[in-house]
Amino acid sequence: MFQRLPNAAAERVPFTIDGRPAEAQAGDSVAAALLANGVQTCRATPVSGAPRAPYCMMGVCFDCLVTIDGVGNRQGCQVRLEPGMRVETQDGKREIGL
Amino acid sequence: MSATKDQYDLAVIGAGPAGLAAATLAAQRGLSTVLLDEQEAPGGQIYRAITRTPLRNPGVLGPDYWHGAELTGPFRDSGADHLPGTTVWSVSRDLEIGLSRQGAARILPVKHVILATGALERPFPIPGWTLPGVMGAGAAQILLKASGLVAQGNVVLAGSGPLLWLLAWQYLRAGARIDAILDTTPRENWRAALPQLGAFLRSDYVGKGVRLLFEVRRKVKVYSGVSELKALGDGRVQMVSFRQGDGEEWRLPADTLLLHQGVIPNINLANAIGCAQTWDETQRCWTPQVDAWGATTVPGVAVAGDGAGIGGALAAEHRGRLAALDALLRLGRIDRVERDRSAAPHRDALERAQQGRDFLDTLYSPAKPFRVPPDDTIVCRCEEVTAGQVREAVALGCSGPNQTKSFLRCGMGPCQGRLCGPTVTEVIAEARGVSPAEVGYYRLRPPVKPITLAELASLPKSEADVAAVLGRH
Amino acid sequence: MSDLSGSEYDVAVVGGGLVGSATAWGLARLGQKVALLDEGDVAVRPSRGNFALVWVQGKGLGMPEYAGWTKRSADGWTEFAALLRDQTGIDVAYDRPGGFFPALSEAELEARAQQLQRLHNQPGVVRYDYEILDRAALRQELPFIGPDVAGASYCPLDGHCNSLRLLRALHAGLQHSGVAYRPNRRVERIEARDGGFRLATGGGEVGAGKVVLAAGHDNIRLAPMVGLDAPVRPERGHIIVTEKTIPFLRHPVGFIRQTDEGGVMIGDSFEDAGLDVGVRVGVVSTIAERAVRIFPLLGPLNVVRTWAAQRVMSRDGFPIYEQSATAPGAFLATCHSGVTLAANHALALAPHIAAGRLPQEFDVFSARRFHVPEAA
Repeated sequence: MFQRLPNAAAERVPFTIDGRPAEAQAGDSVAAALLANGVQTCRATPVSGAPRAPYCMMGVCFDCLVTIDGVGNRQGCQVRLEPGMRVETQDGKREIGL
Repeated sequence: MSATKDQYDLAVIGAGPAGLAAATLAAQRGLSTVLLDEQEAPGGQIYRAITRTPLRNPGVLGPDYWHGAELTGPFRDSGADHLPGTTVWSVSRDLEIGLSRQGAARILPVKHVILATGALERPFPIPGWTLPGVMGAGAAQILLKASGLVAQGNVVLAGSGPLLWLLAWQYLRAGARIDAILDTTPRENWRAALPQLGAFLRSDYVGKGVRLLFEVRRKVKVYSGVSELKALGDGRVQMVSFRQGDGEEWRLPADTLLLHQGVIPNINLANAIGCAQTWDETQRCWTPQVDAWGATTVPGVAVAGDGAGIGGALAAEHRGRLAALDALLRLGRIDRVERDRSAAPHRDALERAQQGRDFLDTLYSPAKPFRVPPDDTIVCRCEEVTAGQVREAVALGCSGPNQTKSFLRCGMGPCQGRLCGPTVTEVIAEARGVSPAEVGYYRLRPPVKPITLAELASLPKSEADVAAVLGRH
Repeated sequence: MSDLSGSEYDVAVVGGGLVGSATAWGLARLGQKVALLDEGDVAVRPSRGNFALVWVQGKGLGMPEYAGWTKRSADGWTEFAALLRDQTGIDVAYDRPGGFFPALSEAELEARAQQLQRLHNQPGVVRYDYEILDRAALRQELPFIGPDVAGASYCPLDGHCNSLRLLRALHAGLQHSGVAYRPNRRVERIEARDGGFRLATGGGEVGAGKVVLAAGHDNIRLAPMVGLDAPVRPERGHIIVTEKTIPFLRHPVGFIRQTDEGGVMIGDSFEDAGLDVGVRVGVVSTIAERAVRIFPLLGPLNVVRTWAAQRVMSRDGFPIYEQSATAPGAFLATCHSGVTLAANHALALAPHIAAGRLPQEFDVFSARRFHVPEAA
């Protein structure tokens, strides 16, 4: 539940969240883009399945892990949003290309 | 500005104030220098997005933030190479840096390393702190600086320390709403900090700090002496509960709970390199053991800035310059006399910048229940281990965090103990009735940040490396 | 810190790793009053760095009795794991799906086949099934192998467990059965006195009727104090572990296995490096490269940790079990397969120690085998 300040203008960047079209701003990290789009939970943990969302935003807590363009467990707060990115929330353990 | 060289005299790791200042001075004085940084743009966390923040109103972030621009300009012109978006996952004893950039790993040999890995928010383990909607206040500040995002709905700030109040002030400046600030500063801290009040009153902190505090207090409901803080909710935070002292329980609705109880050095890389570290009883954190120039116990490796003990952004700059001068000496570019002469103004500035720090450290020393939480509180967010489980392992005979790690997987997740380490040390210390210094800390190993197996496989191997594996096949 | 002073035990076990813990657990099960003396949080601890295989195939070339001893322990593991679970509620995740040992060339596969044949041709060696699978046969079992994999040996007796949980379960069991576990008690001196032993530690002295040296590399220092000899040396091995991944590999595949928690462990390398547990990037890179050649789908997984640990290796690689001739009641146990042999240490070795004497079948494991004068 984050909103953009009115004076924080920048180029718009289209991307998808779990296949749905979304939009954020140039300069956003993937984690920031998710929060700006009202995404409340980015993954369920591999240990207990508990929901998690970005916590530190600086690359140390590993709670914002998401799948980006098919690659799982990427730190959303450390990846800059690019146009057309496919961002997916995660459920449990890392998927592997079987 | 991308590194084309195969090796450098000096690698500086981290582009916050210490790293920027160190790399700038070193490059200006002739060292071939590379600045490696995980972020896409320089500034570190304190000056995050300083060159590209979307906020057009400079008043929102305050003048201290914009001071960062005075570091990035000279750095750009210094001749140092800048590798943004680069993860350093290892530094060997031979000063070979393992880095990963755009999905490709490589090894970069250098002659000297300055770690400017900065600080991270001290873990704030309370019941419910893993719920979505609970974040660090520092995290909210990063969202503000880098993306112009502010929390909306019911916003509660909780904890202690200057950054909490600064964030509140910035939020108010930006026109954002804060429902309440839950101040967990123990009342007795005021008494303990009193002897250092004089130095604080003579420092630069006092004017702006006090003004900021009053401005926030005028506009936001502040609950002081807060204890038994909990984040409650189903699937995400919906409510916070707390007490004031021994009073009755309060409940407030919260869509976002922003936690903060100070910052601690980010020591993972220094620890994995093998730098000796000590427990700082005042700041209640582990700190690499360094001399007055930031030199660690590992030859060729220095730490500058908050990564060597929290001193703040201005101090970090000066500590970066001192470490760079020492690098010049160690690499034979200047002699001792020249190093000391050049260092004099930076030493003076460092002393000024550190004045009043003791007062803040003592005043904002986090309350014990928020460092040594009750049994049902998760301490290791990655492996979801509670304080109670750590205490059970101690009862089985574990005397330190490396044993509890192997018994419980506590600290074995991807964050490598960054979010549980200090808590685990203190929980064990309390359970055993000994000091945190005696309990010790995790022995960390590379990679300090994950790289893929394919990246690892792609690295160069010596004949001895291959023989070590294939000798038996 | 003097809680040991004046204490008397039936047995003092020195070393809180897997060998010492399993032996102490087995002794306590028989009603012995046991003290387990250990070092602290930071110590040379191969038991924290091991690979968690319960592994039979390929072991015992040069000492057929070791093949039998290994198979016996692997066969005992199901009961051992059940006893631990019943006592402590901790499931050590023992699974015996059979293990593969992969080869990355026809030459490697051929060498493996010959090695296993030589092992099984030894007179008096225990009989068990194994197979050599060519690439096509192996793909039936492990569809994810890469194009470089030539085949593998397979043995249905091989399995694996969660060795960290094993260590915790043993310690929970020790607590449950009243063993006095004492960390931060490095043993400084052992004296045989009055038909028993006095052990001086940093935290006081302990007396015991019998003593078991299970201190890994430190046995070198301790053994001569009771007329024993521990000719062991450290051999460094590196291990890589990945992030938790959905289950895809039930079988241990030589140096690659997926843990019950989801992480993939990859462990290999054999180096003389003293007691230095520093990680060498070039070595883990070599290990990673082989792993990706065997299972290319591992390539994109994130490595969350690497580490190195020191195997406790005797000169021939086989265990040493020994009783002192000059100080009756003093025993020594050392091996580099603390996981595989844990069932034996708990269920087969401990009863002999409790009885005060190793039977003749243990003579082959005596360090006397190293005392043959070398040919000039």
